[in-house]
Amino acid sequence: MCLALHCIANVGSREMAEAFAGEIPRILVAGDTMDSVKQSAALCLLRLYKASPDLVLMGEWTSRVVHLLNDQHMGVVTAAISLITCLSSKNPDEFKTCVSLAVSRLSRIVSSASTDLQDYTYYFVPAPWLSCKLLRLLQCYPPPEDGAVKGRLVECLETILNKAQEPPKSKKVQHSNAKNAILFEAISLIIHYDSEPNLLVRACNQLGQFLQHRETNLRYLALESMCTLASSEFSHEAVKTHIETVINALKTERDVSVRQRAADLLYAMCDRSNAKQIVAEMLSYLETADYSIREEMVLKVAILAEKYAVDYSWYVDTILNLIRIAGDYVSEEVWYRVIQIVINRDDVQGYAAKTVFEALQAPACHENMVKVGGYILGEFGNLIAGDPRSSPLVQFNLLHSKFHLCSVPTRALLLSAYIKFINLFPETKATIQEVLRSDSQIRNSDVELQQRAVEYLKLSSIASTDVLATVLEEMPPFPERESSILAKLKKKKGPGAVSVELEDGKERGELNGAGERGADAAIAASNVSTPSPSADLLGLRSAAPISGSTPSAGSLLVDVFSEAGPTASSASVNDDGFLSSAPPSAASEDPAPPLPESEELLNKFVCKNNGVLFENQLLQIGIKSEYRQNLGRMYLFYGNKTSVQFTKPVEPLVEGGAQVQQVINIECLTDFVDAPLLNIKFRYGGALQNISLKLPVTINKFFQPTEMAAADFFQRWKQLSQPQQEAQKIFKATHGMDTEVLKAKLLGLGTALLENVDPNPENYVCAGVIQTKAQQVGCLLRLEPNAQAQMYRLTLRSSKDTVSQRVCDLLAEQF
Amino acid sequence: MTKIKMQFMLLFSRQGKLRLQKWYVPLSDKERKKISRDLVQTILARKPKMCSFLEWRDLKIVYKRYASLYFCCAVEDQDNELITLEIIHRYVELLDKYFGSVCELDIIFNFEKAYFILDEFLLGGEAQETSKKNVLKAIEQADLLQEEAEAPRSVLEEIGLT
Repeated sequence: MCLALHCIANVGSREMAEAFAGEIPRILVAGDTMDSVKQSAALCLLRLYKASPDLVLMGEWTSRVVHLLNDQHMGVVTAAISLITCLSSKNPDEFKTCVSLAVSRLSRIVSSASTDLQDYTYYFVPAPWLSCKLLRLLQCYPPPEDGAVKGRLVECLETILNKAQEPPKSKKVQHSNAKNAILFEAISLIIHYDSEPNLLVRACNQLGQFLQHRETNLRYLALESMCTLASSEFSHEAVKTHIETVINALKTERDVSVRQRAADLLYAMCDRSNAKQIVAEMLSYLETADYSIREEMVLKVAILAEKYAVDYSWYVDTILNLIRIAGDYVSEEVWYRVIQIVINRDDVQGYAAKTVFEALQAPACHENMVKVGGYILGEFGNLIAGDPRSSPLVQFNLLHSKFHLCSVPTRALLLSAYIKFINLFPETKATIQEVLRSDSQIRNSDVELQQRAVEYLKLSSIASTDVLATVLEEMPPFPERESSILAKLKKKKGPGAVSVELEDGKERGELNGAGERGADAAIAASNVSTPSPSADLLGLRSAAPISGSTPSAGSLLVDVFSEAGPTASSASVNDDGFLSSAPPSAASEDPAPPLPESEELLNKFVCKNNGVLFENQLLQIGIKSEYRQNLGRMYLFYGNKTSVQFTKPVEPLVEGGAQVQQVINIECLTDFVDAPLLNIKFRYGGALQNISLKLPVTINKFFQPTEMAAADFFQRWKQLSQPQQEAQKIFKATHGMDTEVLKAKLLGLGTALLENVDPNPENYVCAGVIQTKAQQVGCLLRLEPNAQAQMYRLTLRSSKDTVSQRVCDLLAEQF
Repeated sequence: MTKIKMQFMLLFSRQGKLRLQKWYVPLSDKERKKISRDLVQTILARKPKMCSFLEWRDLKIVYKRYASLYFCCAVEDQDNELITLEIIHRYVELLDKYFGSVCELDIIFNFEKAYFILDEFLLGGEAQETSKKNVLKAIEQADLLQEEAEAPRSVLEEIGLT
């Protein structure tokens, strides 16, 4: 029996879950099952539950399973508790009863004498694994409300903390490890509850003692736990008292992972009072730090410096130091940020210019420094030009001396700085123009540099001083926005992208048969499972729209038309010409007017349903749509063509190179002329992008093709003989008059192409019914091409005049 | 979301030869080989006085060296490291009790027994039974069953031989 359970547990696939989900809980709670079998059953169930949570329904078994906590056999309790922990984290309410049981069990263990538990005592520590698991279970819940239970729990925790102070009962490391394991778990619980100040302070002190322990393991763990402790308001002060020890650890630890923990802790405990000290320490650590952690450290220092800068000249100093020490690891966001801040704050501009000037004078200067220097001197060089040591010409020479050592983007930046110099300091004009005129610039192999050199040269020669001054006016202050550095740090610190998606994909099982993506399947498996109504195309009503869409991070922008993953949001569109709820929400700013090319794009989609709606350097939007009667569904695929992520004012993010899918459900209430507007707002590299497009939903999408015989056709045609029911257009053909192409377009329109109706075989006749919620509009169409004149006559007749006019207009554009 | 507690356990010698591997997550063979290789190299590169825990990819690795063997477990970020260390030690104790002063050779020659013991102790990445006595009792019973199964076979063979 055990082996069988074992096998099931280790394989744990979905089919097994389906087969055994009913059996195993029964075995688990039956009175006559052997204890060892119960253990295996519990863990087996756990495994199945993790693999396919929806198949394992706990309903009836809940109370019995919880009751296992009280079982005589400790082994059973150990196994059951893992099961309960997992279930509790998913459905906390159902398993609430386990809290009190757990607490009583825990107190029994903790207060037991060492002889009580016999074989479950491990080196004089009673049932360490069980205690840890109980504590872990309790972390799933908030502190118990029941006074008695709470009191017991607090007592327990205090006992554990007390025991830590007692002299060890055994010299063996196992004893201390087990004891400390319980202690650390208890501390995590205390931190999780965050409500008992004296416990928190005691925990903090205990950890403080460990910080200087002989054993490296304990120091490591103490630093780690303190990190979480630092964020709690009660203990933050207590944590700060240990700052000297931590700094010492940072400097003297031999193990790099321990040093890293110390650095993390310093970051966590930083606040106004010790910011300067901590940043200084982190900077000095950075000089000798491991290469793998440098980038993260740089980001942290930048964030701390900005957050706690009282005096912005200190901030500028820090960042420039950062560039000097670890220039390679200073990412773009960091120096963008410093420039933003300098521009926004007048008081620090002069200081920045001076500092940058001095920094540039160092013989070996990092390229990022040159970038920052070039920009700042270009903007604010005039503030230090008064001093003869930093006269304009000196500044220029200084920058130019670095010119040839730099990469292309830096050189481009420097060229811009030069033209700014010409504006600021007319006396340098001749010198700079010489430089610009030199062959190495205007005949430079790089197009960007060449272009800039030529343009700037011309600009400086032709433009009058006023024009020059206007063009090269000082940069306006940047609007305040969230630091992109923080976002970058979160991205770095977050779990490794690939493996997380891997787990998610496996956990949720297969998604919509997306398996055929092959190697990318694991990476492309996205997070949220479909909300239930979306299974049926037409089942959806205008339900409350859920804004935001989940990114299928990691999936490539390769195939716009493949289903990148399950749908995430739905917005209802009432076709009266405006969106009832904009998909990226944000009622704060007005949508930008639709782009001029959106009219063309709209026309492109009259006769087809799939394609690329919009594309620019940053973003590609593809659509795929399907319609049935008066309902339609459109899938929008937003692809990020850059390598930088987009952030929306509302979450989430679109990773660089990734694609996001959004679903829009459409219902046609009545006929309409204007297309709904799609307004997209997102942030790219700090700049807000605002794009408005017309959604290619046109009245013809709701056509239902109708076959009919010639006689019927002409009868109806005569019926619709009133002048307002007919719309006619004569126009020149813009595309070739190929028969097959024309036929395809007419079919794409959504109507049925009727053969042998019109006496003239050259003509095309179509019929269809437009389905709207309000009514159905029958539509008849006749297209008469004149090949010699390259012109068409298009006649539309329908029971509603607006419809005739609109379809006629739409169709006329297609030919 | 809770994930599997222990993702895998590896035992390898000082020369980097893998003696035992138990995986609690489904991964392809290729990935397993790659992970084993990477991890073995990383751990062998560590000096003796260093911490028993390290962060690797997005997992925490807890390892301990017993004589010539490295015992290495990969657990989740939030897991308690010290208790994992004790799981390792418990397993070593079990092996010790069963084989009587276990050494690497015992594991090499009787690896299937080592796996059995591990399976009695851990199931699906969780500790199933922490009492040494109970685990060993279960193993003994399994051993007895195996011997019983072998005995009648020889009788049958006799019959078959005639």
